Amino acid sequence: MILASAPQSLLAATAPQGFLSPTGVEIAFVLVGIATLGAAVITVTTRQLVHAALWLVVALGGLAVEYLLLTAEFIAWVQVLIYVGSVVVLLLFGLMLTRAPIGRSPDADSGNRWVALAVAVASAAALVWVVVDAFRTQWIDLDGAVQGSTEVTGSILFRHWVLPFEALSVLLLAALVGAIVLSRKNGENGENGETEAGAGTEPPTATATETARSVTPDKEQR
Amino acid sequence: MTTTTLAVLVPLLPFLGAVFGLLLGRKAPGFVRPLAILPTLTALALAVVVAVRQGGDQAIDAATELTPTGSVPIELALHLDGFAVLTAVLVGVVASCVQIYSTAYLREDPRYPSYAALVSLFTSAMLLVVWSGDLMVLLVGWEIMGICSYFLVGHYWETPEARAASLKAFLVTKLGDVPFLIGLFALAADAGSFRITTILGKVADGGLDHPTLIALLLLAGVAGKSAQFPLHTWLPDAMAGPTPVSALIHAATMVAAGVYFVARLLPVFAASAAALVVLAVMAAVTMAGSALAALAQDDIKRVLAYSTIGQLGYMTGALAVGDRGAGAFHLLSHGAFKALLFLAAGVIIHAAGTNSLAAMSRMGGLKDRVPDAFWTMTVALLALAAIPPFSGFFSKEAVLGAAEHTATGHGEFAPATAGWIVLVAGLVTALLTAAYATRLWLLAFRGSGPAAPDHGRQPLAMTSVLWVLAIPSLAAGLTYGVLPDWFDGVDLTPTLTTSVLATGLALVGVIVTYGAWRHSSAMAARAPLGPDGRPAPLGPDGHAASAGLGGREPLGAVAAHPEDGPAATEAEAITAHTPVYGSIAEAPDSADPGRLLLGPLHRAAATGFHLDKVYAALFVRPTQAAARVVRFLDREVVDTYVRGAGNAANLLGAVVRKAQTGNVQTYLSALLAGSVVLAVAAVLVAAGA
Amino acid sequence: MHLAYPAVLSALLFCVGLYGVLARRNAILVLMSVELMLNAVNLNLVAFDVWLRDALHAGQALTLFTIAIAAAEIGIGLAIVLMVYRNRGSSDVDRLRDTAEGHGPGEGPDTDAPEAAPAHTTEAAA
Repeated sequence: MILASAPQSLLAATAPQGFLSPTGVEIAFVLVGIATLGAAVITVTTRQLVHAALWLVVALGGLAVEYLLLTAEFIAWVQVLIYVGSVVVLLLFGLMLTRAPIGRSPDADSGNRWVALAVAVASAAALVWVVVDAFRTQWIDLDGAVQGSTEVTGSILFRHWVLPFEALSVLLLAALVGAIVLSRKNGENGENGETEAGAGTEPPTATATETARSVTPDKEQR
Repeated sequence: MTTTTLAVLVPLLPFLGAVFGLLLGRKAPGFVRPLAILPTLTALALAVVVAVRQGGDQAIDAATELTPTGSVPIELALHLDGFAVLTAVLVGVVASCVQIYSTAYLREDPRYPSYAALVSLFTSAMLLVVWSGDLMVLLVGWEIMGICSYFLVGHYWETPEARAASLKAFLVTKLGDVPFLIGLFALAADAGSFRITTILGKVADGGLDHPTLIALLLLAGVAGKSAQFPLHTWLPDAMAGPTPVSALIHAATMVAAGVYFVARLLPVFAASAAALVVLAVMAAVTMAGSALAALAQDDIKRVLAYSTIGQLGYMTGALAVGDRGAGAFHLLSHGAFKALLFLAAGVIIHAAGTNSLAAMSRMGGLKDRVPDAFWTMTVALLALAAIPPFSGFFSKEAVLGAAEHTATGHGEFAPATAGWIVLVAGLVTALLTAAYATRLWLLAFRGSGPAAPDHGRQPLAMTSVLWVLAIPSLAAGLTYGVLPDWFDGVDLTPTLTTSVLATGLALVGVIVTYGAWRHSSAMAARAPLGPDGRPAPLGPDGHAASAGLGGREPLGAVAAHPEDGPAATEAEAITAHTPVYGSIAEAPDSADPGRLLLGPLHRAAATGFHLDKVYAALFVRPTQAAARVVRFLDREVVDTYVRGAGNAANLLGAVVRKAQTGNVQTYLSALLAGSVVLAVAAVLVAAGA
Repeated sequence: MHLAYPAVLSALLFCVGLYGVLARRNAILVLMSVELMLNAVNLNLVAFDVWLRDALHAGQALTLFTIAIAAAEIGIGLAIVLMVYRNRGSSDVDRLRDTAEGHGPGEGPDTDAPEAAPAHTTEAAA
């Protein structure tokens, strides 16, 4: 089968390009990638919900390092700022507001686990096979000019991608309004004792606004 | 108007009368009687005119084809020969008499409009059968007669007897009609036409491939319609209908249709000697058996019904020996005197309030109450018994003469065997016929006991037609010299040998029956009388309270309200007969000469030689068993598949329903798994693996 | 650098996220797994952008957009999860089975909602 022969052909095809003598970038990429993948796996398997969020920080941070290794430095910093800085915080708030148990919760995984595992492994096998089969002879030339510097990104973003960018800000506004409407305490739903719970609606609204603010100013600063 | 136009009008007028009678029956009751009588009378007049114009000459043929009907054309065709015009006159006379009689007989019947319309429709259908020159058109009339008979027999449908009888009449005649239809198709396929003239021409050339098969198939239909053995069982039961209906349909016309049909197509039957022998055996068994059965019946109408079967046997016997002139002659004279007998019996039943001969024999002076019926019935019974010079003598002698002619080997085509069979059976039947006619007369009019109730004179409409019909019964026989001009030209004059033989036998029958009657009456008179010697009083339900066994004990099923209309009285009498006497056919009357004459045969003869039971064992029970099997198959086998189909779908639905868990993750898993499978398949296909 | 490294890493991350979406019970953990899947896509976009040396840098621009949309998504998603939690007293995905067979229109929402909601409200009140 193609899948079985893929590693050999990969090795054979990459040998002249120095696969067996990887560059430092490649070693770094693979090591960070393993760490990222491990953190991601722990994120989706751990029984401690708060730990999952923290391991997510590791995974997302690892991805930021990978961006850096791919010379996309602006993306890397945006990743750190938005994901690690706000999204994970948001998720932690969410966990707390829904009274997620601190410590090991035995029922973190649903009964669907084995089916999910089968589907995930199958799709992973299919994807890896196809990807490896397709790109085994392709190389990224990282030696040229830096491709993801803030300057480059800013210039193309505001030169070529202005209209989508503005459309995106409208989308963010809509998301903002939507989040407010969804989490607003409406009179019909919470009559008794809902004032306290209704207070819980405040943080999402705040965080959504914060998210919006944290995304848009970032970009508009450029 | 041309003769053809007149001839077309003859069946058309009663048909229109029937249509308008049905349409106007409820809205305009005043028109019902004129609409019933006038078209029939006009048709009779026109039929007479047509008969005079035709005059026994060359047959008049007229045909028109309405529309092409494929390989074998069907035409509206008339074929008027001597047989047809004379039979049509007979039909017209009897139908007119019956319509007039019915106005009085069913004067209080709420269903009279539909009754009169059905009688008109029946008359029209019979005229169509008589005059049709095309077998398909003939079949239309044939079937209309069948359905009219069904409705009219069931006229008193409140009584279970009438309901059962109408169903039986319909089913038994249909049993014969199915092979009849097949026979017609086979005949048309052989001859290439439904036209009678064409078929006869083809037969004359010897062009039929399967004459015996066709003849036997057609005979089944004839046996059903003309009540010949073994399909005769419906006719005695059909007496549950009103008396005028019995007179019209079950004595004079419809039952004669089968005979008339054979007469028409006699060359087809004559082409097969086997068919003629079968016809002869059928006729012989029919006449001898029915005469014996008639001797044992208690219901006056059932006596006449069995007598009809026997006389029809004479006609088929004449046809079996190849002499259709004699057959048609007997058809005409029998039609007249049998209609008279039935109509007179209707008067007697009304006057006596019962249809039981045993009950009548315990009434004195019945003949003084209904003198018209007495005299005309005497004439008709003499004709039936073939006493010279009444009409029955000449027609029956014509039949016996033809049989003797054939038996001695002078027949044109009929085998001598057929001649002997018919001759012997005919002579035996002549004796028996005279016996049961005498018994009927003695029991009905020579009864002794309390006087019959007096209802005053019978209506003129009822008595006058008796005298009208008495004329042909008296005198029609004397036309034997003229009739051959209308028929095939065969001499109908009585021959000396058979005349002496048959008349002698008939006289023997009369004398023996009289002696037996005297003997049994004397025996019965010596037995102690009943408490009051009167007919048993009726209970409040209209049924006689007691039925005597032996002696001159009073027995009777006498209607409680004889002052009612004749039809109501008759219906009541029919209903009362079985509860009082235990049987619809016989009464336990020790004074009955028939009991003495028949001896041990009496019981069997009264029930028609148990033929109904034989049929029940042979056909009804197997059919019911087959129906039960089919029901079982349908319920248990077929329905299992049906239920299985439903249950399989249900089970499948229940299984599929389990997938509907409501868990979004499950749905998503299935979705993604499917996507993966599809993607892998697509990649494999793209990679050419 | 070999293109297969980022591509394979991205594929594996995506499948890990997929597993998380399908297997996790808590709705917020499901959202985390969605974030993982989105990031796998981002990595792919960046890697191919660098590999193709695209003059417009469409990959990087799209990555930025994806990050922004992911942020919006997480905001809305959390709002929805919180509302569900407030109404039902639970944010477990596999207990939200209103569309299951046997939930006729005449029946109430989840069967466990009545006992869970008061507990939640009393706790909230305390």
